[in-house]
Amino acid sequence: MAMRRTARGESLRDWSNDIHGVLAASNVSLIATVPDAGLSRTLDLCRKDGKMHVVTLSSEQDGIGILIGAWLGGKRAALLMQSSGVGNCVNAFATIAACRTPCLMLVTMRGEWGEFNPWQVPMGQAAPKVMEIMGTVLHRADRAEDVGSAMTAAAAIAFNSERAAAVLIGQRLIGTKSFDK
Amino acid sequence: MSKTKKSIRTEIPAARRLNRRDAVKRLLAERDGALIVAGLGAPAWDCAAAGETDDTFYLWGGMGLAASIGLGLALAQPKRRIVVVTGDGEAMMGLGGLAVVAAEKPKNLAILVLDNEAFGETGHQPGLSAAGVDLAATALGLGFRTATTATALGALGAIAELLYRQPGPNLAVLKIRPGEAAKVLPERDGAVLARRFRAVTIKK
Repeated sequence: MAMRRTARGESLRDWSNDIHGVLAASNVSLIATVPDAGLSRTLDLCRKDGKMHVVTLSSEQDGIGILIGAWLGGKRAALLMQSSGVGNCVNAFATIAACRTPCLMLVTMRGEWGEFNPWQVPMGQAAPKVMEIMGTVLHRADRAEDVGSAMTAAAAIAFNSERAAAVLIGQRLIGTKSFDK
Repeated sequence: MSKTKKSIRTEIPAARRLNRRDAVKRLLAERDGALIVAGLGAPAWDCAAAGETDDTFYLWGGMGLAASIGLGLALAQPKRRIVVVTGDGEAMMGLGGLAVVAAEKPKNLAILVLDNEAFGETGHQPGLSAAGVDLAATALGLGFRTATTATALGALGAIAELLYRQPGPNLAVLKIRPGEAAKVLPERDGAVLARRFRAVTIKK
């Protein structure tokens, strides 16, 4: 898969492509999302994939419901969201734990590496802890090269062990948004 | 408003409204293979009282998720009819989920809201519909194909049409008499409920 390098030798691996590839290989046909800037390209790839349907949510918790319903109907789904959305899902995570249904999530982190917006920091810092305490197996990726394998690992846990598993994509990888202008 | 859209608000005194158990039993008798998602609390007990079945997913928690679970199911099983049976408090908590249903426009999804205008499981504190918040009008505003509010026994035939046969997404609010019915509890293990339900959906 595409791997370019900057003048300084840093990798420019297209991790969005890797994510889409893993979702497709895992037979995920339904994507539920409240978008994030860091997810734009992945979502574009999913929308262009004739075997996938992207559902835009009003709140991330509804995505958990859709994932449960999809699995009950014999299909695989994934929830793509920003770390602030994790807070909207907490009580819904309890239903995943109670029913032991797969719940594959991709979370782009805010409120950490170089975050400029102080309002993003509390939920961003709490998101991994909240997910873990509600029973999610976490896979963190801070390097582009690690995103694909983290997604493969998370999908395996989610669908084989029938529980919640997530990939957290570090803000360092996505880049820091600036509103200084 | 298009011809398919109608919101009927009827003012019938609470004491003369339908008994929830009778109404649910009569409506479920016509389900004819429809998959049911039963929202937590009394609606789940009402569905269990009509006869516990593998093809009903009884929720013991997840307040606000019933419509979204129904949507996921409707998208995964487009050839089957999906009916969500839930309460007014549960539906109010999931209003955002109703917006997503409206956006997705699943033809095979309908939602029945059993509206006692109260939080029945926690001591009958008044709910938002007691203050006049109109779920059927909300559903129409969101873009549901049809939504209606009914009170009278005679309306059950039309509600059954809406739930099982008319193209969705549809929502019916059934105003029911306040007061608890005896608890008829289905299986309580969520993993068992989910797997036995899924076994039915993936078989056909």
